[in-house]
Amino acid sequence: MPEARELTLGEAVREALAEEMRRDPRVFICGEDVAEAGTVFKVLTGLVDEFGKERVLDTPISEAGFTGIAVGAAMTGLRPVVDIMFGDFVTLTMDQMVNQAAKVHYMSGGKWRVPMVMRATLGATRRSAAQHSQSLHAWFCHVPGLKVVLPSTPFDAKGLLKTAIRDDNPVVFFEDKMMYRLKGPVPVEEYTIPFGVADIKRAGSDITIVATSSMVQVALGAAKLLEEVDISAEVIDPRTVWPLDEKTLIASAKKTSRVIVVDEGYGRYGVTAEIASVIAEGAFYDLEAPVKRIGAMHVPIPFSPPLEDATVPTEKSVFEAAKTLVS
Amino acid sequence: MTTAIDRSKTYSEMEVEQWLRMYRRMLMIRLFEEQVNDLYTRALMPGLAHLYIGEEAVAVGVCEALRQNDYITSTHRGHGHCLAKGASLDRMFAELLGKEAGYCKGKGGSMHIADPDTGNLGANAIVGGSSGIATGAAFSAKRLKTDQVSVCFFGDGALGQGLLYEVMNMASLWKLPVIYVCENNLYNEYTHNSETIAGDMLARGTAFGLHAESVDGQDVRAVYRIARELVNHVRQGAGPAFLVCQTYRFMGHHVGDINREYYRPKQEEQMWKTERDPIKVLGDWLAAQNLADRERFDQIQAELKSEVEKAVQFAVAAPYPSPDKVEQDVYA
Repeated sequence: MPEARELTLGEAVREALAEEMRRDPRVFICGEDVAEAGTVFKVLTGLVDEFGKERVLDTPISEAGFTGIAVGAAMTGLRPVVDIMFGDFVTLTMDQMVNQAAKVHYMSGGKWRVPMVMRATLGATRRSAAQHSQSLHAWFCHVPGLKVVLPSTPFDAKGLLKTAIRDDNPVVFFEDKMMYRLKGPVPVEEYTIPFGVADIKRAGSDITIVATSSMVQVALGAAKLLEEVDISAEVIDPRTVWPLDEKTLIASAKKTSRVIVVDEGYGRYGVTAEIASVIAEGAFYDLEAPVKRIGAMHVPIPFSPPLEDATVPTEKSVFEAAKTLVS
Repeated sequence: MTTAIDRSKTYSEMEVEQWLRMYRRMLMIRLFEEQVNDLYTRALMPGLAHLYIGEEAVAVGVCEALRQNDYITSTHRGHGHCLAKGASLDRMFAELLGKEAGYCKGKGGSMHIADPDTGNLGANAIVGGSSGIATGAAFSAKRLKTDQVSVCFFGDGALGQGLLYEVMNMASLWKLPVIYVCENNLYNEYTHNSETIAGDMLARGTAFGLHAESVDGQDVRAVYRIARELVNHVRQGAGPAFLVCQTYRFMGHHVGDINREYYRPKQEEQMWKTERDPIKVLGDWLAAQNLADRERFDQIQAELKSEVEKAVQFAVAAPYPSPDKVEQDVYA
């Protein structure tokens, strides 16, 4: 029997990094306050003690610069894992990710590769206001050449991060900063999780709730509330939004005939829009109702707690939407 | 009559050979670019063409100081860098024409030539955009102890980009073996750099603790001399360097930029073309030193013309990639 133990999502991320750094000397971490500080979220605590300051490299506050250096290092024999403290700061790296990392392989006719990972955070309700709270993962999904990962449990975070580090493409890995303390079972033995394989977090028959990252826990909470009113909800987590496991999502939609898609990014032109469209195209004749999208409100994230709380989907809002859809 | 070379005591045979090699390389780039101009104006070449004519001494002088496995990154005006680093004419032309036989299977084109075999990390169409990649390659070279050096070519226009200063700062902090080579051709596209660059150019390097030098970019011997010194310096682990090469773009920003009087006077262009042509500067010097004569130069030119012609024929005849390849190489 494998040893049963629980890790937090933060610990799972750290363990994945440590294992991959032991396995492959080419892997290194760079970013702001990653070494002794272990990042502001303390996710990397202790790594510098084992791997040293060369492989857990503190950088100046230069997101574009160290991301660009990571692209070049990845092309020439190393496997960088770039740490972007707050996901809001990905805006500063956009040219390096979108015009460089994503396109180098294609533009060179397949000759250069960019095996790098960018870890960033997402998620609101930390009372951090409009520049430290956004969920901007949809931006990267729009760009061919990038892969985008959104783990929702410690188990998924560890297995997916190990896969990301071994991938020969640029991968953007978003962690919900509100979930770093979430605990869950993580096996002691080695495992990886392939990209493009959704996970059914809860089976159900009346409605499908497709949820990502921070919204998986919200969807599971809503499913519990729905159970109390005799509605059986299936919760599916795509885990990687690109590549996207369209087959599993469409099959579930066909089975339940009703679908809600929940993601903490902005609803408009966002991940929910894309997934809703994939499902509408793939399961249209089996649907009893239009696919419902729930994302963050289309406003900059406000500071004041009652205002901020109003912007993100909650168990209750998902529950209400599901009830309306089923009735 | 055989070529009369007075091997005067001061110059070794190796030196003379090297100067003639650089002469040949510069002329090769010139003829390549003239051919590009011709292909473009005959509508045989799709897209854009930014010609390097006038700046040949920079690429040739710097690359002469590099090893084959040393890295370079290049710019939208990059044909000269790629050829100077060892790219072959036929595959260059093929890429410019969008053919499968091109360096990037036709997927990159004029502004994105890349070639691992010659250490070319790629030409880049975002101004200053490759400075991160060049610095990252130097980071790998240092970390993996490969003894390689990385050279980032960019124009004076890139001095307006913040990325450059971020990576110069880190390169200096971490003593990376990288040389930032600024080709100061005086114009950011259609705007004189007196309108775009404040303060001192070299000070941008020294401010970050880089070893900074300025050189006459029309004198290939001078460029090579300083490049060799800087390459040795950075290869030994002394930290990054910054080299400003004073040069001039003989043609427009791109092939279609024909009427240029609104941003630079014709007399200025004429002065550079007649008095500061890098090929003529070296040729005149070699002739004055009695190291080569007209006959030798004519012979080099004839050889190159035939090579360029063959390469163009190859590229024109080469097939386009099949449309079913469009999704290939998006992911590794």
